[in-house]
Amino acid sequence: MVVRLTSPDTAARGADGVTLAADVLVIGGGLAGGWAAIAAARAGASVILVEKGYFGASGVTATAGPGHWWVPPDPAGARSQAIAQRNARALGLGDPRWMERIIDLTWRTLPTLAPYYDFPTNEAGVTQFRGLRGPEYLRALRRLASDLGVRILDHHPALELVADPDGAVVGAKGLRRQAGGDWLVRAGGVVLATGGCAFRSRLLGAHNNTGDGLLMGAEAGAELSGMEFSSYYTVAPARTTMTRSMSYGFARYFDADGRRLEIAPGPDVTRALAAALLRGPVLCSLEDTPQDIRAVMPQVQPNFMLPFDRMGVDPYRDRFEITLTGEGTVRGVGGLRLADDDGGVGVPGLYAAGDTASREPVAGANSGGGAQNSAWALSTGAWAGEAAARFARRPTARRMSRGEGLGRVGLRPARRAGAVAPGEIEGAVKAEMLPYDKTVFRSGPRLARSLETLEEAWKASRDHLGDGAADRLRSREAAAMAAAARWCCTSALARNESRGMHQRTDAPASDPRLARRLRLRGVDRILVLPERTVGREEILP
Amino acid sequence: MIDLILTSRCTGCNACVIVCPTNVFEPRGGGPPAIARQDACQTCFMCELYCPADALYVGPDCEAPSPTDEATLLASGRLGQYRRDSGWDEWADDPRYANQHWRMDAIFARARAASARS
Ligand SMILES: Cc1cc2nc3c(=O)[nH]c(=O)nc-3n(C[C@H](O)[C@H](O)[C@H](O)COP(=O)(O)OP(=O)(O)OC[C@H]3O[C@@H](n4cnc5c(N)ncnc54)[C@H](O)[C@@H]3O)c2cc1C
Ligand code: SF4
Ligand code: SF4
Repeated sequence: MVVRLTSPDTAARGADGVTLAADVLVIGGGLAGGWAAIAAARAGASVILVEKGYFGASGVTATAGPGHWWVPPDPAGARSQAIAQRNARALGLGDPRWMERIIDLTWRTLPTLAPYYDFPTNEAGVTQFRGLRGPEYLRALRRLASDLGVRILDHHPALELVADPDGAVVGAKGLRRQAGGDWLVRAGGVVLATGGCAFRSRLLGAHNNTGDGLLMGAEAGAELSGMEFSSYYTVAPARTTMTRSMSYGFARYFDADGRRLEIAPGPDVTRALAAALLRGPVLCSLEDTPQDIRAVMPQVQPNFMLPFDRMGVDPYRDRFEITLTGEGTVRGVGGLRLADDDGGVGVPGLYAAGDTASREPVAGANSGGGAQNSAWALSTGAWAGEAAARFARRPTARRMSRGEGLGRVGLRPARRAGAVAPGEIEGAVKAEMLPYDKTVFRSGPRLARSLETLEEAWKASRDHLGDGAADRLRSREAAAMAAAARWCCTSALARNESRGMHQRTDAPASDPRLARRLRLRGVDRILVLPERTVGREEILP
Repeated sequence: MIDLILTSRCTGCNACVIVCPTNVFEPRGGGPPAIARQDACQTCFMCELYCPADALYVGPDCEAPSPTDEATLLASGRLGQYRRDSGWDEWADDPRYANQHWRMDAIFARARAASARS
């Protein structure tokens, strides 16, 4: 197969930038954005997809290998059984109806990629649709989108949404970081698919996932939900990005003196490892990995061995130091709250998909590597793309209506600009969000202290971050990370109990009264709105 | 972290400039691109996958460079490892590098069974 690369958009050259128009604008070219663009184009819309990096190599899907939630319709009962199991793990916050919807759409949609992705067969000759290799998956999505006429703009990060005087979203603005200048896209519907926020933790593929879509959505009036479920960590060889965890199912762990740590592989490994890492270095051995699995690893996960080989470490023989890498909301749950079945966030013209949207309906209080995440990204992407296309075609659509940029913090400082560097804000956010003692072992007082620190960082950002001279993308990313961090901590403080991945040392049990979702409203001032019943509109007084 | 572009191999095609998600490279009129923003590198190895000339080397350490040189790399056998193991481009029809990603489910299941036994 020959690599086919489209060069950075040639029509979009010019000193100060360009203005473009389309029925649908998709922001972010990962799993969710790719499917959103495809669905919108299949629905007959003209589509522009803007991506911070390169649609095909950027985002956490491209570097991983998502296994989708894949349950065939027969035998009868298989789906309801899978849903019942998943819903039990959601610990009171899931919604079986949404689970059913994403299983069904994933089952119907994934095979349509067959002309672009070479789905392998197993020994029995059965085609394997469930799991796809990331780079090949994204390359296939890009090719299909291109063939459907989607206009792809790589290295075009979005900085802010544009809304009309009634508050409807009518486009977005951003930066052309290779071509130079700015872009403005006017669109009938906008899909936010910028992924989750991993707080620049060195999670594989997550550098661009700084929560930009969460901030843009909230600025437009969307609510968030599930932000307390943002405490997932993945084991990786120390000083590497290789957060691919499959092989650690065979891991043995040791302390610096070579004493075996009694940490059984499994779902509770994170807390045990974090506790050990707070005491000192932890070493790992993968010597229990069966020979036949070692032999196929390079063809199962071709990137897994790269850091080991290059460090001169044989992980099946040598003990190597490990770390735990924070994932923020990526293999967490929280994001913009979907207000309807179509991926709308309750703001006319605005939709969210994938990790940008709260996965509570399908993940509840537990997410992790669970296959519901990619099924959610595919499904919400497809629904959002289709709905945005429909919205853009409605008879009353007023295309080209005048709009105003909604971005504030990180773009338009309230006071004297330039006094704070994006790196300072980023550093402050990381220091609250990534240490194990603050996020794996949460407690009320610690969360309150984190919030105070983050509040300072937020005020500094609001007043001073981002001006003409500063790197606008980095400033905006820092603002987005600070916003996401405040939402995570606010929600984690409000959830005064332990549930799923959210564990509080000062409230180790679950409180039945908190078997409800916590919605958040607001960017500057944050309101916590606990729902009365799961997934329902009413809010506790 | 990206460490080196091998000038002896690079054709100046700029594929790496286009695909790098964090915009690390800067094109230089037909010649090998510059590693202009090494500190922005996210150690994702994507540039290696897309470089048709196997002219790039990403070091294992994501926090600091791992300085190396062309001669060492050419002798190491590591160049192009990711692209080959992925069965990309000219490796696509080689059965040794066929995509076996679908085995993940079975591998996870065996790991669970092994830990249940121990
Ligand atoms: C190591 C790992 C393994 C995983 N394995 C599984 C699995 O086996 N099964 C499963 O179900 N899930 C898995 N997941 C989770 C799954 O990968 C995600 O839920 C899914 O990829 C989310 O897709 P997305 O499109 O929302 O985000 P991404 O794929 O991260 O895409 C977001 C895109 O938005 C772009 N972007 C960000 N900001 C902007 C901006 N301002 N302007 C323009 N573009 C922007 C980014 O560059 C990126 O390309 C895994 C995750 C990780 C990290
Ligand atoms: S992709 Fe490879 S050959 Fe092409 S410019 Fe980059 S380093 Fe050179
Ligand atoms: S490893 Fe990834 S981030 Fe680093 S230069 Fe290569 S493509 Fe860019």
